[in-house]
Amino acid sequence: MRLFFVILCVFFQQSYAQTLQVCKGCTLSSIAEAIQKAKPGDTLRIEPGVYKENSLIIDKKLTLIGRDYPVIDGEFKGEVITVQADSVTLDGLFIKNVGTSYTADFAAIRFRRSRFFIVQNVRLETLFFGIYLEKSSDGILRNNRIEGEAKAEYNSGNGIHAWESDRLQVYGNEITGTRDGIYFEFVDDSRVWDNRSWKNLRYGLHFMFSNHDSYTHNRFENNGAGVAVMFSKNIEIRENLFKENWGPAAYGLLLKEINDAEIHQNRFIGNTTGLHIEGCNRIQYTQNLFESNGWAVKMMGASFTNVFTRNNFIANTFDISFSGGRINDNTFNSNYWSEYTGYDLDRDGVGDVPFRPVKLFSYIVNKTPESIMLMRSFFVDLVNFSEKVSPVFTPDNLVDETPNMTKFKP
Amino acid sequence: MLKVLKYTLYDLLRSGWSWIYFGFYLLLTFSLLFLNNDVSKSVITLMNVLVVLTSLIAVVFGSMYYYNSREFIELLLGQPLKRSSIFIGQYLGVSLSLSLSLLLGLGIPFAFYGGFNTEVIPDFSMLLLAGVFQNFIFTALAYNLSLYHENRIKGFSYAILMWLFLTVLYDGLFLILLMNYSAYPLEKFSLVATLLNPVDLSRILIMLQLDISALMGYTGAVFKQFFGTGLGLFTVAAILLLWIIVPVWNLYRKGNNKDF
Repeated sequence: MRLFFVILCVFFQQSYAQTLQVCKGCTLSSIAEAIQKAKPGDTLRIEPGVYKENSLIIDKKLTLIGRDYPVIDGEFKGEVITVQADSVTLDGLFIKNVGTSYTADFAAIRFRRSRFFIVQNVRLETLFFGIYLEKSSDGILRNNRIEGEAKAEYNSGNGIHAWESDRLQVYGNEITGTRDGIYFEFVDDSRVWDNRSWKNLRYGLHFMFSNHDSYTHNRFENNGAGVAVMFSKNIEIRENLFKENWGPAAYGLLLKEINDAEIHQNRFIGNTTGLHIEGCNRIQYTQNLFESNGWAVKMMGASFTNVFTRNNFIANTFDISFSGGRINDNTFNSNYWSEYTGYDLDRDGVGDVPFRPVKLFSYIVNKTPESIMLMRSFFVDLVNFSEKVSPVFTPDNLVDETPNMTKFKP
Repeated sequence: MLKVLKYTLYDLLRSGWSWIYFGFYLLLTFSLLFLNNDVSKSVITLMNVLVVLTSLIAVVFGSMYYYNSREFIELLLGQPLKRSSIFIGQYLGVSLSLSLSLLLGLGIPFAFYGGFNTEVIPDFSMLLLAGVFQNFIFTALAYNLSLYHENRIKGFSYAILMWLFLTVLYDGLFLILLMNYSAYPLEKFSLVATLLNPVDLSRILIMLQLDISALMGYTGAVFKQFFGTGLGLFTVAAILLLWIIVPVWNLYRKGNNKDF
């Protein structure tokens, strides 16, 4: 009997889940009021209009659907939406004018200890933090557009910021003008794909202490410092585009203390440094394209078993720069190098003489950066040539023993 | 002046040397483009050739032409012509014919290989521009040196020495200085030192196209301003022009006073 009663209750609750309309002329004219009146499981339909509201706290299972992007104007007074319940969906909202605080990290949308959430088709403008996930897992962030106006690093926030949140799916988002486009800290088992992150002040993507994650088909362009990933293991980075990140501390992709990663089929085009590797172990790099970068790959010390195979190195100013003494067991075999001038007499598609990707001049530029002015001068070519014939300064065991004669097809 | 220019140009076209020069570039570019389909890679190779070779040819050709046409110059001096227009007309004729060979020799293969549809057009036009500048500058320098030296062996060897100095030795000395004094801030010094050498200037012009991403890797603010904005291109172009104007002005001055 009791069981029947419970089932009945559940049934009734379900059937009572209803849609509430929010608009200027309706009985519910403000979102805050609607949230308060709504029962768990209800849907709020927000009609077009401007709602000057902030500090909205969603503490029950609700679905907020905006029609034709209703504007929620936070008037720079603080956080706009804070979610503290599970299974909340936010769809089609336009949130702007989020307050700035250096102690509270105000966000347009914050999830605090909630699960099974969805944020989709949301547009955020003039924000501090965009979507802030705090110990919130199993969520989906998709097809959102975040457009900040960040001017300086100290007074701007991140587009998508996740902290101690696992099993996220982040896809189809467009993020620009924030500090870090996507920021992950202690985020495991998540997938990030098909996002575009460009012209952010610092990093397009920035994650650390985040393991077992995959990043695929994203585009990172013109970010202040490119993409930086640190202190993580079991990462998959595939088919992303890292393009035109310019500056002395800008990297297409910066890897620091990454272990056991797969980095495949990415394109690094026109960056000051395409790939910067520091203290990374057991990483496979295959079928990546490095084109027109200043330095295609910069490898610092304390790296072991970084294996480069079947990558295309095309028209980079310097292909490899290596500092930190020993090569260890990092290998660069079977790549295509556009700088390669060897021959292939037996016509097996593999060059007969090994290729040395480190030039003496890159060693000189490391020591005296101003000498970059002499790049491609006749004298430098002579110096490079003599070093190539008999290596003295450059590591003599950093060679591609089997350089490919033709470009690998993507 | 235009008449002298015209006759010089005709003379050169008849003599065949400019045809050989044209043929050389034609062959070089065709074979480069034929051997590797990657046009941007060919641009880099061409650049290496151009920076070194164009200046050398301009120097050799300039002094050779001056010494060979000495009788003709003396004949012209007997005519009611302005002296400066004789020298400058001849100089322009030589530079123009060299530049024409270069432009056509490089341009035709490029057009032939569909180079006009690719995104290397800016790189390529920068290459041509740099080549033309090299021609005009080094012919002017060679003419200057020849005017100062009656002895053709002497004039010729000075011209070659100058070329050697500007293309190879200068950069070597520059690099040694940079490495020796690397404890000091050398940013401005290296910029100024580069601007003083026309070969380096042409190189920078092309570098701005090809290697801008590497150039931005240097931390200095002066570099950043120089390379990151249009300032670099503008300054380089202006100083290259100065490298033409000053020798030509000297040609004019010296030509007016010289005894024959």
